[in-house]
Amino acid sequence: MHNHNSPLFHISKRKNLLWYQAWIIRGAAIVLALAACAIVTTLLTGENPLRVYATIFRGAFGTPRKIWILLQNMSILLCISLAVTPAFRMRFWNIGAEGQVLVGGLATAACMICLGGRLPNWALILLMLVCSIAAGAVWGLIPAFFKARWNTNETLFTLMMNYVATQLVAYFVIIWEVPKGAGKIGIINQNSMAGWLPQVGGQKYLLNVLVVAAITVLVYFYLNYTKHGYEISVVGESERTARYVGIKVGKVILRTMALSGALCGLAGLLLVGGTDHTVTTTIAGGRGFTAVMVSWLAKFDPLAMIFTAFLLVFLDRGAGEISTVFGFNQSFADILTGIILFFIIGSEFFIRYKLSFRKPVRKED
Amino acid sequence: MFDLISFIPRAVVQGIPLLYGSTGETITEKSGNLNLGIPGVMYVGGISGVIGAFLYEQACGSPANMRGFLAVGIPLCASLLGSLLMGLLYCFLTVTLRANQNVTGLALTTFGVGFGNFFGGSLIKLTGSEVPSITLSATSAYFSRALPFAGKLGWFGKIFLSYGFLAYLAIFLALISSYILRRTRTGLHLRAVGENPNTADAAGINVNRYKYRATCLGSMIAGLGGLYYVMDYACGIWSNDAFGDRGWLAIALVIFTIWRPNVSIFASILFGGLYILYLFIPTGMNLAIKELYKMLPYLVTLVVLVITSMRNKRENQPPAALGLAYFREER
Repeated sequence: MHNHNSPLFHISKRKNLLWYQAWIIRGAAIVLALAACAIVTTLLTGENPLRVYATIFRGAFGTPRKIWILLQNMSILLCISLAVTPAFRMRFWNIGAEGQVLVGGLATAACMICLGGRLPNWALILLMLVCSIAAGAVWGLIPAFFKARWNTNETLFTLMMNYVATQLVAYFVIIWEVPKGAGKIGIINQNSMAGWLPQVGGQKYLLNVLVVAAITVLVYFYLNYTKHGYEISVVGESERTARYVGIKVGKVILRTMALSGALCGLAGLLLVGGTDHTVTTTIAGGRGFTAVMVSWLAKFDPLAMIFTAFLLVFLDRGAGEISTVFGFNQSFADILTGIILFFIIGSEFFIRYKLSFRKPVRKED
Repeated sequence: MFDLISFIPRAVVQGIPLLYGSTGETITEKSGNLNLGIPGVMYVGGISGVIGAFLYEQACGSPANMRGFLAVGIPLCASLLGSLLMGLLYCFLTVTLRANQNVTGLALTTFGVGFGNFFGGSLIKLTGSEVPSITLSATSAYFSRALPFAGKLGWFGKIFLSYGFLAYLAIFLALISSYILRRTRTGLHLRAVGENPNTADAAGINVNRYKYRATCLGSMIAGLGGLYYVMDYACGIWSNDAFGDRGWLAIALVIFTIWRPNVSIFASILFGGLYILYLFIPTGMNLAIKELYKMLPYLVTLVVLVITSMRNKRENQPPAALGLAYFREER
């Protein structure tokens, strides 16, 4: 007797998958995603898919300048992703990195504008460093305080803090605008270059890359080999266990969010002091949200984040090139990024679960 | 002098997209799905309507050939379809594939906003038509048509009767979903799914079906907010990023109203008012201070968020299983 009602397949949890098997599944998802992207692009442009891929590569690696921009974007995105990771590890959904970067950048700009020329350059840069980190940390501490004290929903709190930060920047942009009525600040200290971070090796972006590389290693050790990192993991796994073993959960939340915000503030410093030399409401450019995905895709592992950050920036630059070549607007990059994210998000299912199909039933049974 | 009679209608038209968004998100969250993709869904809802209307206007040639029924119906159906597909995508990833809801939602927002801005910017090029910008004033006229006698009733007409039909639909939908959530068996089942899917499943409720239906319905309602914004508020003119952060405000409203669509009617109008208050407060030459006034809706949300968490009443809590994927074999 065979049972018509038995389902076509059933889902069960996988036992531990070997790490390379998991990466094979993810790799397959990325390949499928790229195929889907090529189909979409071909449908819209009528272009040969191979040329589409070539364009993506050219956009990312076409010239030395493009490679440097890729590295710069990647290091900033990586810095913000590293910043949000400690919070995510303790299941604190900080989607306020955008605002924390903005206030960090704002503090940097404030130092540059108000004190440029009045302090020796090394003192100014030191002050910028302290102020941007402090500003970011405070912006992270506010939601953490309410979360620790009254368990206020941190996702929405940090989200709203983004907009408060945006408006704060908009306010100061009008106060400091040059010339009056321009609606923007322009390059700060263009002649004196006061407060501009030094260039390393004659390359505009090299300093940022080096700083972020150092942060990556530090965060990796902090999370994996220190007592603090261990406490964060325990709080993330189970708050009750953490309390039982005597970890002060509130203290861990506050400390971790201060760190999270501080790193975001540092990213603001790198953006404003290192490369842009100005501040606008869009300096973070949505990276605060992209960083959430970078961090999650890497399973909150700082070293894997180098790869995921690269992937997202690569796609963004490549899709940007497609938009330019085929005369679309920049948003085409968001569509392609979205498609790829959907595939990678979906692939996690096949890493965690396995499908067992119904065995074909033979006639004579 | 503060001009209340011109302030209230503007607050209402600002509030309607938020009301659609928050009603949709409330229904979604009641099923245990925290859809952070609502901003993207609202963009897609808006642009799908624009695409539908654009194609219809192009096909008709001149506004004189357009039929009112089709001019309203085509964008409406296109918008519903667009946001339904977004809802299905979200459900497929989070319910069927049990992906992380926060990440899926953010990806959906990236995709949706990109989708909206891409087609908003490239629709003319893609269809090869010869118009300088997307201006759907003929379609918009059908959407924003108010009752004919509204103008004659003075301040009363201006405050209560001067809106297009989508505004009244928003209020109607909020009331009816409030009723369904609180007073019907379907609503009870839905709430059970959001509170404790294990128990709901044991009681014979099909958890996944409820999640799918609620999330897709929620997305469709939220998408209408995007449609209302373009067709009625913005007079049929699509400009990229003009919709802004209203989607996020809609999500904040859900918490602000403690998951009650009927409260959301007033709350969204209040938010709409806060959103444009800076235009009505006399600041003289000090433009910078206006930027600080624009913080108001966010600050108010923060205060409410903190107060509700401090009071910590049981009936004011989010659905207990919000944000968690359900897998029957996992205990």
